[in-house]
Amino acid sequence: MASNANRTPTGIKLLTNGFIVVWLVLAAFPFLWTLWGSFKVELDFFSIADWTNALTGERTFITYGSSFTGAGYEGAWVQEEFWKAVFNTAIVCVFVVGISLTLGTLGGYALSRSAYRYTFWLLIIALIFRAMPPITLVSGYMLPFFEWNLWGILPTTIVVLVAINQPFTLWMLHSFFQKIPKDLDESAKVDGCTQFQAFRYVIIPVMWPGVVTTGLFSFLLAYNDFAVTSMLLAKESQTMVPKIASFLGTTQTEGNVMFAVAAVVSATAPLFVLVMIFQKQIVGGLTAGAVKG
Amino acid sequence: MLLFIALPIVSVLTQSVHTPHDAILMTVENCDPFGCKQETTVDVEATQAIRNAQPLGQWSGLQVYLDRGHLAVDEVAIAWSESESIGEFFSELNNLPFYRAMGFTLTYTFTVTPLLIILGFIIAVAVNSLHKHLKGLVIFFSLLPMIVTPLIGSLILFWMVDSRGVVGNALQWLFSDPDLSLKASTTLTWITLIIYGVWHAAPFAFVVFYAGLQTLPTETLESARIDGASRWQQIRYVVIPHLMPLVTFVALIQLMDNFRVFEPVVGFSAEAHATSLSWIIFNDLGGDTQLLSSAATTSVLTIIGVSILLSPVLVRTWRDFQEKS
Repeated sequence: MASNANRTPTGIKLLTNGFIVVWLVLAAFPFLWTLWGSFKVELDFFSIADWTNALTGERTFITYGSSFTGAGYEGAWVQEEFWKAVFNTAIVCVFVVGISLTLGTLGGYALSRSAYRYTFWLLIIALIFRAMPPITLVSGYMLPFFEWNLWGILPTTIVVLVAINQPFTLWMLHSFFQKIPKDLDESAKVDGCTQFQAFRYVIIPVMWPGVVTTGLFSFLLAYNDFAVTSMLLAKESQTMVPKIASFLGTTQTEGNVMFAVAAVVSATAPLFVLVMIFQKQIVGGLTAGAVKG
Repeated sequence: MLLFIALPIVSVLTQSVHTPHDAILMTVENCDPFGCKQETTVDVEATQAIRNAQPLGQWSGLQVYLDRGHLAVDEVAIAWSESESIGEFFSELNNLPFYRAMGFTLTYTFTVTPLLIILGFIIAVAVNSLHKHLKGLVIFFSLLPMIVTPLIGSLILFWMVDSRGVVGNALQWLFSDPDLSLKASTTLTWITLIIYGVWHAAPFAFVVFYAGLQTLPTETLESARIDGASRWQQIRYVVIPHLMPLVTFVALIQLMDNFRVFEPVVGFSAEAHATSLSWIIFNDLGGDTQLLSSAATTSVLTIIGVSILLSPVLVRTWRDFQEKS
């Protein structure tokens, strides 16, 4: 690749590098700014007098005697009981990922190995369902859930999220299983395995990369969801995202905005870690085909 | 899956053709020393009884579809016959909630999608020419806007463009207009939302295009170069045709996703200037009075919209499947 023809002129190199820098600033600056600002008081975060206050934390120093303060975090986590929301989110995510992966693996495997025509229609239906805005489905759930007194509790939400997640999981695992050659389980069957044994001993050991990627995306879906959780959960069992939205309703008193800022930073932190660890899988999953959470 | 997605759709359909029961009124005569007055009050018990007996409400057919909150057939007809120009007709239309939301949703969908494809493509080409060690870091930061929760992402940007926030302040200084606020005008709110949409979705296009660039055949590029193609011509005649299938893929996925734009409207608190179809449903469902049938009607209309957008994908998948079998 080091041939002369490939060498880029300096002008173009500068241009592309400059563009990358601009994009990086656009992509990362909002997060860094909010992280930095979350340790300040509201008057610094929204610097009315002078924007450098947000960097130096002048007002914060006057109030707390140091230019960093954890007051926003304390308010959000202790006073507003944000930890409860975090706990609920954890429960919802774990169960949604667990259930949808179990169902998705079995279903996806079956679909990819079945030669019947109806598999196509099942997949098409799954695709259509994936395109539905979740909120349109929520309005269908509301009335029956009210009638049966199921509204407002975590298990209901988990079931709904799994259902919304399922078409996508099925699609993705289906395409992953199709990449595993059929010869593999056929040779296992020749050696005397039943269909189930072939799945258990031959397919499961090689399917992990696909399952991890799919799990990541269903985790993101459960974690990021706002439409379903905000409508179906009662106030006591809210997850993080609707909780943050409810902070916004009471932003008028000073300090509450900072609670929301602190909560936002706390909710973004796990995603940062996730991207850092699983960057390869996420990129791989996005490019795998008909995907995107 | 059928149980939990097909049934709700059926439930939405049935709800959409019902309306809540009217409250049962009763007339009571109140007599006091100054004379007798007849008062009309709501008979709470009787209303509750009939609501419990038939929770769906009464059958109303397509009435909800045609009322002012949704397709507003009467109002549209009046506007059509009374307005003298097309422009006037559209401004009349803009006063009806459903059409206003439709207008924003469509504008958003059809401006964000092309913009994010262009931006994603430029980023992909630029990143591709970077040094190997830098690429990983750049990709990490590029993924952030997409991975972050939509509501949280829009909140972060909202705080920054707030007239007291850093970007809002910078804009005021730039245009030397201390009263400039992005929230106050409809056009500016729309632009802000569209910029957010591009910011949020461009990484997806970038990642897909970047992966496509890795499979670009070097021989074709080299022979183009030998034939004297300029840098621009190489991109125009070799790279873009190679990526064209991916462009259609990204465009279809993004059309579907942008059509259900919802969280940014909440995050930017832009309800006053820009409402989307999903937001109308959300608004009907929440609040003190839950307008279930109204929400269901909007849902049905949205589902119809989605299916229209989706039909090209279905045709394509059908063709792929036919070729395979």
